[in-house]
Amino acid sequence: MPPTFTYQFNNTCFKGTSSFETGVFINNKFTDGSDKTTIDVFNPSTGQVLCQVAEATPKDVDTAVNAAQKAFDTVWGMKAPAAQRGILMNKLADLMDAHFDELCALEALDNGKTFNWAKIDDVTASVGCIRYYAGWADKIQGKEIPCGEDKLAYTRHEPMGVVGQIIPWNFPLLMLCWKIGPALATGNTIVMKCSEFTPLTALFICKLSVQAGFPPGVFNLLVGYGHTVGAAISSHMDIQKVAFTGSTLVGRKIAEAAAKSNLKNVTLELGGKSPNIVFDDCDMEHAVNWTAYGIFWNQGQTCCAGSRIFVHAKIYDEFLQKFTAKIKSLKVGDPFDSANYQGAQRIMGYIQSGKSEGATCHIGGERQGTEGYFIQPTIFTNCKPDMKIVREEIFGPVGVLIKFDDDDDVVRQANDTIYGLAAAIFSQDINRAIKTANRIQAGTVWINSVANTDFHMPFGGFKQSGMGRELGEYALNNYTNVKSVHVNLGAKMI
Amino acid sequence: MAQPVKITIPSSGKEISVPTGLFINNEFVPSVDSQETLDAINPATEEVICRVVAASAKDIDVAVAAARKALETTWGKNVDGFERSRLINKLADLIERDQQELAEIETLNNGKPVKIARDFDIGDSVQCLRYYAGWADKITGQSLEVDNKAKIAFTRHDPIGVCGQIIPWNYPIQMWAWKVAPALACGCTIVMKPSELTPLTALKLSELVKEAGFPPGVLNTVPSLGPVGGAALSEHQNVDKVAFTGSTITGRKIMEAASKSNLKKACLHTIPVVISLELGGKSPHLIFESADLDQAANWAALGILYNTGQDCTAGSRVYVQDTIYDKFVALLVSKAKELVVGDGFDPKTTAGPVVSKAQYDRVYGYIESGKKEGAKVILGGEKRSGKGFFIDPTIFTDIRPNMKIVKEEIFGPVLSVGKFKTEEEAISLANDTTYGLGAGLQSSDANQCMRVSTALEAGTVWVNQYNVLNNNVPFGGKHQSGIGRELGSYALEEYTSVKAVHWNFGEKADWPLF
Repeated sequence: MPPTFTYQFNNTCFKGTSSFETGVFINNKFTDGSDKTTIDVFNPSTGQVLCQVAEATPKDVDTAVNAAQKAFDTVWGMKAPAAQRGILMNKLADLMDAHFDELCALEALDNGKTFNWAKIDDVTASVGCIRYYAGWADKIQGKEIPCGEDKLAYTRHEPMGVVGQIIPWNFPLLMLCWKIGPALATGNTIVMKCSEFTPLTALFICKLSVQAGFPPGVFNLLVGYGHTVGAAISSHMDIQKVAFTGSTLVGRKIAEAAAKSNLKNVTLELGGKSPNIVFDDCDMEHAVNWTAYGIFWNQGQTCCAGSRIFVHAKIYDEFLQKFTAKIKSLKVGDPFDSANYQGAQRIMGYIQSGKSEGATCHIGGERQGTEGYFIQPTIFTNCKPDMKIVREEIFGPVGVLIKFDDDDDVVRQANDTIYGLAAAIFSQDINRAIKTANRIQAGTVWINSVANTDFHMPFGGFKQSGMGRELGEYALNNYTNVKSVHVNLGAKMI
Repeated sequence: MAQPVKITIPSSGKEISVPTGLFINNEFVPSVDSQETLDAINPATEEVICRVVAASAKDIDVAVAAARKALETTWGKNVDGFERSRLINKLADLIERDQQELAEIETLNNGKPVKIARDFDIGDSVQCLRYYAGWADKITGQSLEVDNKAKIAFTRHDPIGVCGQIIPWNYPIQMWAWKVAPALACGCTIVMKPSELTPLTALKLSELVKEAGFPPGVLNTVPSLGPVGGAALSEHQNVDKVAFTGSTITGRKIMEAASKSNLKKACLHTIPVVISLELGGKSPHLIFESADLDQAANWAALGILYNTGQDCTAGSRVYVQDTIYDKFVALLVSKAKELVVGDGFDPKTTAGPVVSKAQYDRVYGYIESGKKEGAKVILGGEKRSGKGFFIDPTIFTDIRPNMKIVKEEIFGPVLSVGKFKTEEEAISLANDTTYGLGAGLQSSDANQCMRVSTALEAGTVWVNQYNVLNNNVPFGGKHQSGIGRELGSYALEEYTSVKAVHWNFGEKADWPLF
C-alpha cells in the first residue's frame, strides 16, 4: 500500500497539517506502481527528501488508459450530460477554494516558490481556470450550415476520448488546471503524468476530484519519468491525443512518438526566448519593474520569460542603471531568489558560455551561497546575436540586454529566433506599440506588461514554441473532434 | 406595510416568512406615494394568502434610478465577467438550498404541484442560472482585419443597460430565471415586475439576490399592475430595454410605448393573459400514422395538460392522421383521464387549478363556445362544484378551422382534435394560424420528420417529443408569437449592445479630399 503523505506546516504563512494519500491514481484509487518502485520527492529549499511516492510505469499507463476508456464509454464523454460536467468542475473549484492556503503551502513546499506568490498567482489562477472551463462544459456547440434543400447539415464537436497530458514542474498546479480544464469540459477522460519533481499538489487534486464526485476513471494521475511514462503515453495506441508543456527538445520526441504510433493529435507548449522591447518613450519605472519581473519571476523558469531585453539607445544608460538597482534590491526569500532543479548545472553552463563568448557579465553570474540550487539574478550586456546566451533558452534567472536604435531593426532582431511564444513592448506611444505588436512573430504580445496571462485569452507559440493554443475558448478546439453530419433529404443516386 | 409576513403551508403547517415591500437597492421598502396593495391569492382555495405593496409609477422611477446608479458605479462596465459569474453561481446555489421552501410558496400562489415546482420549475431555473453564469466571462467581441499597416478594429459587447423585465404568472420562478440570468451575465441591471397575480416568489428570490452579494440596485423587484408598473417601465426614458412575456395585446402596447419614448429595444414572448380574444399562441401537434402511438399519446397529453394547459407552447391543436384516428383518440382520452387535477399540496395531484378567477371564467367561456359552435365534447367540459379554480381536461373533436376554440388561445386544459389525410394537409392545417411559437410532430419516418419540421412555421419544433426545453437551446416565436429569443447563447444578444472600435494608428486624414 502506498503511504499517506503527512506534513506539519508551522510558519508565518500557514499553520496546519496536510495529509493525503499518494500512489498511482487510477479509477479513484491509490495503489503502488506495477514495479513497486518509488521516487524521492525533494524540498528544493533544503535539499531534504520530503517523501517517497509510488513510481508509475508503462504498465500502469496501460491500466490507466483502460480505466479512462471504460469511463469514457460508460459514464463520461457523450454519456454524461454536459451540464453535469460543469457542475462537477465547479465543485472541484469550490473544494480548491476551501483548501486554498493548504494548496499554496504544498506548492511552495514542493516547488520552492514562495507561499505569497503561490497565493497571488498560481492557486488563484488555478481555481479561476477550473471555474472558467466549468462554464464552457454545456456550451460545446457546432453549427447548422445551409447546404441546399436536399440536405440537413450540421457539425458536432465531440470529445476525442482518452487524452494524455504531460505537465512540467515550474507551475505544477497551474499547469495541471490549464490542462484538465478544457479536457474535462469537452468530455474527455484523462491520463496525466505530472512532473516527478513536483507531484504533491497533483496528488492533492486527486483527493479533491474524488470528493467532488468525478466518476472513477475520468481523471487518472501517474507520477513517473518522462522516458518511461511520458514515452508510453506519447506512443500509446489507445490514447487519442497528447498535450505537453515542457522543453522543445522533449516536445519533438513526443510529436515523433505520436506520429510513429497512432498519429494521435498533438498540442505542445514549448520553450521561448521572448523579446522584451523597451522603447525610448516608455514609462521608465514601469518598464524597469515589469522587465525585472519578466526575467526573474519564478527564477526565470517560465516558458514566456522575457529573456532578451532590447533597450533603445537613447535610454540605455538610464535603464541599465535603474534596472541594476532593481536587481540589487531583490532579497533572499524573494520569489526571485529561490530554488532551481537539475537546471542549476545547466544554467551555470550558460553563464560560463556567456563569459567565454565575450559578453559582459554585468551583474550576478555566480551561485548564491555554497549549497543548494541557488543562482544569483544575472544580466549580460555587450552581447552578439550568435551567442548561445542570446539564442538558446536558459530557463533560469539569466537575461541578456541588447541596445538598439531602429524600430525596424529591433523587430527583425526580435523575430530572429526559432521560438515565438511571447513578446513584450514598452512604450507610451500606443500606436507605435500596436504597430510593433502586429509585426512580432509570437503567440502572445504584451504591451506595457510581461508574462501577464489571463485564462480568458489564448496562449501558445508560433514556430518552434509549440502548436495549438491553451486557455480561452480556443483550448476547446484542442480537445474536440469535429464531425460533420449530412442528412440526405432527397438527393437520389442513379 | 412592507414588513415581511408569515404564511402557513397548508399540508405541513410550516410557517415561511415572505417579504411584502418593494425590493429596491437591496432593501424592502414601502411605496413612496401610494397605499395600494396587491392580493396574492391561493387558487386552490380562493383565499388571500397575504398582501404585498403595489408599486406606483413614482416607485418605478425610484427603482429605475437605483438600477441606473448601480449600472454606472458597481455593475455594468465596472464589474468583470468572472465576478458576475461568481455571483450568479452563488445565487443558483442559494436557490438550490432553499428549493423546498420556494416550491411551497410557488404552489401556494400559482397552484402547480409542489414536486413539479421544485424538481422541474426550480431545478431548471437553477440550471439556467448556472448556464448563464458560465457565459458571463465569455462575452467576446471580434477582432477584425481592416488594414494591418494602419488600423485595428474590434467590437465590444457592452451591456445594454437598465432592463425592465415583465414576467407572467404561469411559471413565476422559471420566467424570473430566464430573464434575470442572461441580463446579469451581460452586465445589465434590472427592474423586474413580476405578475400582480404571483408576486411572492419574486420577492422571496430578491432576499437571495441580496444574500448572494449582488450590489444594491443591480436587481430591483416592483410588483404592480400591468397598466401601472408595466406601462411605466415601457415608457420610461431611463430604461434601455424592455423584456416581456405575456399576451400579444399587451406586447403591442409595450412596443408602442417603447418606440414612442426612447426607441428602447423591445423583446417579446407572448402568451395571453386576462381578458383577450385576440391572437396568442396556438401550437399544432401532428400525429402521423407511423408514430409510436403510445408515446405520441403521452407527448400529446403532456403537451396540452402540463401546467394545466397554462403554457405558451401548449399543443392545443392535435391533428391525427385518418388511418390511426380512432385508435389514437381513444389512447389520448385514456391518457388525459390519468391526470389528477387538485390542490398542489396533495401528493397525488399532477396538475393544479388555473391561476385566477379571470382565467377560470375565460377558459369556461371557450368551452361553452366550443359546444355552441358544434364541436363534440369527448372528455370533460363540465364545471366542478366547490372552491378552487379547478378545470378538468376537456377534449373537443369534430372541429372546424373557423371555430373559436380552434383559432384562439384558451390557456387551459382544453384540446381541439382534428383529422388529416396527407402530409401536405397536416402542414397546411398546422400553419393556418397567425401564431408561430411551438409545433410538434410524431412520426417514425425520418425523412418525413425532416420535411415536416422544415415546413412548420414555429420558433420551436419538437420531433417525437413535446414541451421539453433545454437551457442551451433558444426559445422564441415567429410571426405574432414574438420577437427575439430567450435561452441558449442567443439570449445574450438581447442584452448586449455592440460597439465597434476603429483604432487608427497609421492613416493620415485625407483633407481636403480632392
